[in-house]
Amino acid sequence: MTTIPTLELRGIDKSFGPVHVLSSVNFTANAGEVTALVGDNGAGKTTLVKCIGGIHRVDEGGLIFDGTPRSINGPRDAALLGVEIVYQDLALCDNLDIVDNMFLGREEVSRLHTLDENSMENLAQKALASLAVRTVRSVRQLVASLSGGQRQTVAIAKSVLWQSKIVILDEPTAALGVAQTEQVLDLVRRLAGQGVAVILVSHNMNDVMKVADSIAVLYLGRMAAQVKRQEVTQTQVVELITAGRSGDLGLSPAESSGGAV
Amino acid sequence: MSAQTDEIVTQGEPESREPVEGLAALGAYARDYLARVRGGELGSIPAIVGLIVITVVFAVLHQGFLSAYNIEALVIQAAPIIVMAMGLIFVLLLGEIDLSAGTTGGLCSAITAVLILRHGASGWLALIVGLIAGAIIGFGMGWLRARVGIPSFVITLATFLAFQGVTLILIGGQGSVILPNNSPLIKLENGFVPLWLGWTLLALLVIGYAKINDALGRRRAGLSRVPFTVIAAKVVGLAALGAAFTYEMGVNRNLTTNAFFSNKAQGMPWVVVLLVILFMVWHFVLSRTRYGRHVYAVGGNAEAARRAGIVVSRIRISVFVICSGMAAVSGIVAASLLQSVQSNAGAGNTLLLAVGAAVIGGTSLFGGRGRIIDAVLGGLVVAVIINGMSDLIHGANSAGYEWVVTGAVLLLAAGFDAVVRRGRTG
Repeated sequence: MTTIPTLELRGIDKSFGPVHVLSSVNFTANAGEVTALVGDNGAGKTTLVKCIGGIHRVDEGGLIFDGTPRSINGPRDAALLGVEIVYQDLALCDNLDIVDNMFLGREEVSRLHTLDENSMENLAQKALASLAVRTVRSVRQLVASLSGGQRQTVAIAKSVLWQSKIVILDEPTAALGVAQTEQVLDLVRRLAGQGVAVILVSHNMNDVMKVADSIAVLYLGRMAAQVKRQEVTQTQVVELITAGRSGDLGLSPAESSGGAV
Repeated sequence: MSAQTDEIVTQGEPESREPVEGLAALGAYARDYLARVRGGELGSIPAIVGLIVITVVFAVLHQGFLSAYNIEALVIQAAPIIVMAMGLIFVLLLGEIDLSAGTTGGLCSAITAVLILRHGASGWLALIVGLIAGAIIGFGMGWLRARVGIPSFVITLATFLAFQGVTLILIGGQGSVILPNNSPLIKLENGFVPLWLGWTLLALLVIGYAKINDALGRRRAGLSRVPFTVIAAKVVGLAALGAAFTYEMGVNRNLTTNAFFSNKAQGMPWVVVLLVILFMVWHFVLSRTRYGRHVYAVGGNAEAARRAGIVVSRIRISVFVICSGMAAVSGIVAASLLQSVQSNAGAGNTLLLAVGAAVIGGTSLFGGRGRIIDAVLGGLVVAVIINGMSDLIHGANSAGYEWVVTGAVLLLAAGFDAVVRRGRTG
């Protein structure tokens, strides 16, 4: 594999005051692949995501986008580099319709600075169609009338619309039922199929084993291992999450015994 | 993909992708509309039904209710309420409140009147100073809300009291300032549009309304659109309603019921033109501009708006500027109606009637839902109730009953709003 990863993190360090949250974390995400980011509560998943999204600044280490080191000083920088984070609480406006939400803050205007509703509606329909989304009756429906899975769909389709290179999904299936989870995971695969580097933050081992190409496990602020999906079993991943090591995978015994933090 | 998922995916096959024509399109449109109504998007239906019902009731109970004279009285009574409600809708859309809109209007009209009478300023200059004063007041309150973080309820309660005092000080001991007879400000509510101009403006309005819909553009873009039958029905409806109003206002009211004017009193009051212009401007701003979209977004989910890159504090300040500016216009319209500014201008129930108008029209007190048409319909409902009740109830306690009924209607509308909202989220 000599392809340049879409996103590569090298030796990321991040502390909040005396609390060392991330220490020398390495991580890669490739275009067209789903990279799962797993770990126990407090392992540093959210902090890592926020570092990529520009909400936190890293103390040490480099963020390398398509082989070029970049410094990210805020969410705007991350957005310019094509990073889109789909948060758990989705950040959609209930009182607006699907098109309005997908274009929020980036509305198209025609002459006289009036909203160009027609081209926005067409682009939104195309984005949804490219993900083979057919669960939505009309793109002019209010988001208030959508189910949890449909809302997730809208949030994900937004990243397609804006041609994001890196899409980070934070627990996308946490609040969904079985059938809707299935649909969203399907959507995640199709998103990766469009050449997007998808980073899936999840607690759900079934989801991870089902859709991920590569699995990165954080343990107490350290990257225990980033492995290919085919090379591990679910038991090994669970061991990595809970103990930081599994056989010859993961951290050395000294690091994983907690002395690291 | 499992069989179960397949089923769910195919269930929601879109009907609207394929552009259909004729009766089928009409049927699809009607079904879609009914579905939205059942989903809690009632729009203007409650206000229109309410307006028709109370109008019929008062027309049956009171012979002269639909006479040209009374319709004119109704319109000029409703005008200041409608103008203030238009401004308030912006603030309400963000889930905020401006309790001081009434006294802000009073203060601004007092500034205008005092400038004309005591400092010899021209009417237009005084008017502009009054409006600017309103905008500055709004900016101050918006800044306190957005940057300092004081709840708008508290800020505007404080200014509600303080501005009442400032107006009192400005007007002084004499209790009121009477506008000069020749002032153009008085013509607004007491002067009439020439008949030919009234009909011309109506024709322009109907033509403009017929042109503004984007059905052709949407067909070109291959999108589902409102059937032409529905558009035609709306245009004809507006034309009929406008023609009926213009015709009725064309009746000379001096010969029949009013002996105060020596010349003919015919044509619609100038304030109707002002109302139509204000409606078009703010409706355009809310529905066709990025700014309007962002107002709705901040009202619906401020956090989502912030993440989408919208500067929330700027939107917050701007709605207070619009609200206070419109309050100033409303105060000046009220001054034109009374041909004077009282020392208690804008106090009492001025604000409550305007908030009531917005809520009755369909604007939510919880933010995120509301349109400018709400101000017009709700303002008419409030004016019809006040006007009709005052004709109906005589005797010492009539004012008391009026207040009770207005309060009950306001509570009913707010209760309706809360129930609809619960139905949508639950």
